[in-house]
Amino acid sequence: MSRLQGCFARLQAEGRKALIPYIMTGDPHPQVTVPLMHAMVKAGANVIELGAPFSDPMADGPVIQAAAERALEFNITLEHVFDAVSAFRRLDDVTPIIMMGYLNLIEVAGYESFARRAAEAGIDGVITVDMPPEEGEGYISALEGAGLDPVFLIAPTSTDQRVAKIGAVASGFVYYVSLKGVTGAANLDVDSVRQQVEMIRGHIDLPIGVGFGISDADTAARVSACSDAVVVGSAIVKRMAAHQKHTPDQIERIIGDVCELLGSMREAMDAVPVDEITRTA
Amino acid sequence: MPTDNMKQAIDYSAMPDERGHFGIYGGRFVSETLMQALDELSDAYHKFSNDSDFLAQFDADLAYYVGRPSPLYHAERLSRETGGAQIFLKREDLNHTGAHKVNNTIGQALLARAMGKNRVIAETGAGQHGVATATVAARFGMECIVYMGAEDIVRQAPNVYRMKLLGAEVVPVSSGSKTLKDALNEAMRDWVTNVDTTFYIIGTVAGPHPYPQMVRDFQSVIGREAREQIQELTGRLPDALVACVGGGSNAIGLFHPFLDDEAVAMYGVEAAGDGLDTGHHAAPLCAGKPGVLHGNRTYLMEDSGGQIIETHSVSAGLDYPGVGPEHSWLKDIGRVNYTAVTDNAALHAFHRLTRIEGIIPALESSHAVAYGVQLAAGMSPEQSVIINLSGRGDKDINTIAKIEGIQL
Repeated sequence: MSRLQGCFARLQAEGRKALIPYIMTGDPHPQVTVPLMHAMVKAGANVIELGAPFSDPMADGPVIQAAAERALEFNITLEHVFDAVSAFRRLDDVTPIIMMGYLNLIEVAGYESFARRAAEAGIDGVITVDMPPEEGEGYISALEGAGLDPVFLIAPTSTDQRVAKIGAVASGFVYYVSLKGVTGAANLDVDSVRQQVEMIRGHIDLPIGVGFGISDADTAARVSACSDAVVVGSAIVKRMAAHQKHTPDQIERIIGDVCELLGSMREAMDAVPVDEITRTA
Repeated sequence: MPTDNMKQAIDYSAMPDERGHFGIYGGRFVSETLMQALDELSDAYHKFSNDSDFLAQFDADLAYYVGRPSPLYHAERLSRETGGAQIFLKREDLNHTGAHKVNNTIGQALLARAMGKNRVIAETGAGQHGVATATVAARFGMECIVYMGAEDIVRQAPNVYRMKLLGAEVVPVSSGSKTLKDALNEAMRDWVTNVDTTFYIIGTVAGPHPYPQMVRDFQSVIGREAREQIQELTGRLPDALVACVGGGSNAIGLFHPFLDDEAVAMYGVEAAGDGLDTGHHAAPLCAGKPGVLHGNRTYLMEDSGGQIIETHSVSAGLDYPGVGPEHSWLKDIGRVNYTAVTDNAALHAFHRLTRIEGIIPALESSHAVAYGVQLAAGMSPEQSVIINLSGRGDKDINTIAKIEGIQL
C-alpha cells in the first residue's frame, strides 16, 4: 500500500478527513521549508503539497505567484525540492508528499529522470497544473513506472465525460478545484461543491480533495463534510508572506502562524459530527 | 536535414492534427478549468470555418473594414540601391489600425459574436493587437479588457491611449518581467475566472489548440493575396519570403499559402536584441530549446532548470520568450530558415526604408526589412523577394527619438 493509500485508509477508519496544506519550496527562505513541513504535520496536516516554483504560474493568483518569485530569488530548482523531501523523510516516513508545479520544469528534466529522482527523494504523487490527461501519455507512464501517483485536477467546468476521462488515468486522489479562477480567489459556495463532489464520486473511485478558496476553519469544516480532503494554499502562503526576514526567531514565528491556522482548521474539521460525515460520504 | 523526398511527403494542410499537434509541438497544456472552454472553441471554430455565411462576413469585413487586399508594392528604389533581387513589400501597414493584427481580431470577434460571448479580453505587447482588439470590440459593441505589461505601457504610450479612446480598459501587469509574457499570464487568469462569459482573443499563432491553427487561418489571407499579386506583377512565384517572428502570426500568414511551393525559400527573422551571444535577445528558435509555456509545446527561452528567462528587443512586439508551435515544427523539418537581426540592424533598416521609400515601418517589421535587404543583395535582379511589412512605425517614433536622444 502506498503512503497515500495508507493515509486515506487510516483516516477513513477514524472517520476523519485529510487536511492538506500547500507551501512553496524555499518560501520565504530555504531554511524554513523542512522545519515547517514537520511542524505542519504536528499541527494536524495529513498530506503535504509542496510547490516547485515556476516563473510563469498561469493558474495561480497573486499570492502564490509572489511566493514563487520569492523562492526564485533563492534560485530554487527541482533539486532543492528533492533535497527538502529527502531531508523531511529522514524524520517522517509516513506523511505523503505531493509535488505541485508546472510542466516545463519536468519537460526540461525529462519525464523518466524526473520521476525516478522524485521517487528516490520520497515524493508520493505529482500534480502538474498544465498537464491535462489528453497530453499525458508519456508523463503518466513515467510517473507510474517510478511508483508515483499522477494526481489530476477537476474543475467546475469539467463535464461528466471529462471527469470520467480523468478518472481513467488518475491515482492517489483527485483534486477538485472548487472555483473557476486562480488560486486564492474569493470564498466558495459549499453547496455547489457538494453537488460537484457527488457527481465526481459517480465516476471516480478515489478520495476527493477540494481546494481553492478555503481560507478559514469554518469553510474547511464545511468542505470536509462533503469531501475526503481539504487543500489549503493561499491562506497559508499569505501568512508566510508577512515574514520577509529569516532570523531563527522569524522562522519560529512563521511556523507558529501557519500552524495556528492549520490547528484551527484541524479542530473544526474533527468537530464535524460523524453522522454528517457518513451521510455525505 | 530532411531530404527533398521527405519534404514532398509532407501535407502541410493536414497540420495540425486533431488535437493541435505540429509534430511534437503545439497541443493543449492548460489547467483543467480551460479544457472544456477550449473544446467548445474548437467545435465552434470547426463549425464556422466551414460555414459559408461566416466566411462571407469575414471576407466582407476584410474588404470594407480593413481595406484588403493590401498592396504588394515593388520597392524599386530600394531594390536598385540594394543592387540585387527585386524587393516587394506586402503592405500590411496599410490595413485599418496599421498592422496585420486586425485580420485575426476580426475573425475572432466574429466567432465570439457567433458563440454569444460579449466580453473579450486580449494581451498585447507593442499594443498593436490590443488596438486591433479594442477596435473590433468597439465595432461589435463588446466589453474589452486588454492586459499589457507595465513596461510596455511606458514604451507604447500612444497605443495605450488609442485603446482607451476605443473604449477598452487597459490593465497594467506588474508581475515578472512586466512585458508580453506576463500580460499573457494575466489574460489566462482572467479567462479561467470568467470563462463562461468571455472570449479570449489571442493575438498570435501561439497558445493552446485551436489558437495556433485558427490565427494562422485568419492571417493566411496575407499569403494568399501575395501569391496572386506577385504572379500578376512578375509572372512567377517569388524566390524568397521574409517576415519577422515574435509569436509569428504575420510570418505564418505570409508563409503558409506558399509551403507547398518548394522553390520558394522562407526566412523568419527573430529579434537578436543586443546580439545572440550576449543573451539579451528574444530569439527562441535561433537560441532556445523546446519546452511548454502558455498552453503549447514550442521553442522557448529558458534556463537550465526550465524557468522562462527575460527577453530583450527594442521592439515590444517581438519581446516574447516563446514562438508559435508551427514555426518550431517548420524549423525542425527545415522548411523555413530562422535567423535573427539585432536592435541596431533593425534601427538602421527602419531609417533606410523611411528615407528611400517614404514608408515608416514598425520596429518589428524593420527586422524583416533588415534581413530581406541583406538577402536580396546576394541575389540576382531577375529574382524577387517578398518582405512582409507587418505594421507601420508611427507607434515607435517615441522609442526611436529616445534612443537617438531627440526630445519630441
